[in-house]
Amino acid sequence: MDGSGPVVAFWLLAAVTLVAAGGVLVSRNLLHAVLFLILAFIGVAGHFVLLSAEFLAMAQVIIYVGAISVLLLFAILLTPRAGRDNGETKAFPVGALLAVALAAVFLFVINDTNWKTVSESPALAPEALGEALLTSWVLPFEIASVLLTAALVGSIMLARTAEEEAEDALA
Amino acid sequence: MSFYDSWSALMIGTIAGFILVFTALIAARIFGPFASERGKGVSYECGMLPIGSRWAQVNVRYYLIAILFLIFDVEAVFIFPWAVTFVRQAEEFGMFVFYEMLVFIAVLVLGLGYAWRRGVLEWK
Repeated sequence: MDGSGPVVAFWLLAAVTLVAAGGVLVSRNLLHAVLFLILAFIGVAGHFVLLSAEFLAMAQVIIYVGAISVLLLFAILLTPRAGRDNGETKAFPVGALLAVALAAVFLFVINDTNWKTVSESPALAPEALGEALLTSWVLPFEIASVLLTAALVGSIMLARTAEEEAEDALA
Repeated sequence: MSFYDSWSALMIGTIAGFILVFTALIAARIFGPFASERGKGVSYECGMLPIGSRWAQVNVRYYLIAILFLIFDVEAVFIFPWAVTFVRQAEEFGMFVFYEMLVFIAVLVLGLGYAWRRGVLEWK
C-alpha cells in the first residue's frame, strides 16, 4: 500500500460510516434509519477492504447489506406501531446509560491495546480460511450448520398461525 | 498487482455513482415544475377516498422467506472458502473434504425440508 490514496479512502469511508450511523440515530422514521444502517454497513465493508480483508468485506456485503437489512425491513413492516413517529420513547434514559457504559468500555479497550504497525498485511485469504475450516475447525464448522437449521426451524415455529398451533398441540 | 490496481476502479465507480444519483436528484429539484394543489395528494382521481391509517401490516410469510434467504446466504459464505481450497485439500485428505461439506449441506437441507413440509414455500 503506497501513497496517500488509502489515507484519503480511509477518511472518506470513515466520514460516510459516521454520517450514516448518525443518521440512524436522528431519523424519525424507522425505515429511513434502516436505510442509513445499510450505508453504515457498506462503509464498514470498505474499511475491511482497506485492512486487506477482502473476503470479510464480501461477506459483510452479502450477509449484512444483502440479507440482514432485508430482515430488518420486514421486521419493521411487520410491527404495527413501528410506523409512528420514532421521537419520544420511555427507554431513552436506559439507552443513553447503556451507550455511555459501552463507550467507556470501548475507550478503555482502545487505550489498553498495544497497537502496532505491521509492514506487510497478514494473509486473510479465503484459501487460508477454507483450510482452517476444513482442518482444525471442522467441528465448529459442522455445528454452525446445526445452528443455522435451528434458527430456521425456530423462526418457522414462532411464525405459525393459530390453526397450525392447534395442529401441533394435537400431534 | 498493487492495492491501487485492484481497488481504485471500485472507488472511482462508487464516487461516480454517488455523483450521478445526486446530480439527478438535485437537477430534478431545480428544473422540475412543482405545483401544490389539493387534488394532487389524493390517491385516486375518482372513486372513494381511502380512509384510515396508511399502515398495512405485511404477511409474516415475507419474514420467513427472508429468514430462509439469510440462512442460505450464510451457507454460501461458508461454501466459498471451501470451494477455493477444495482441490488442494482433497489431494491431502481425499474424499473427507467433500464429505465435510456434504454433512454441512445435508443438515441445512433437513431444515429446508422441514420448511417445505410446513408449507412455508407455498403461497396461500
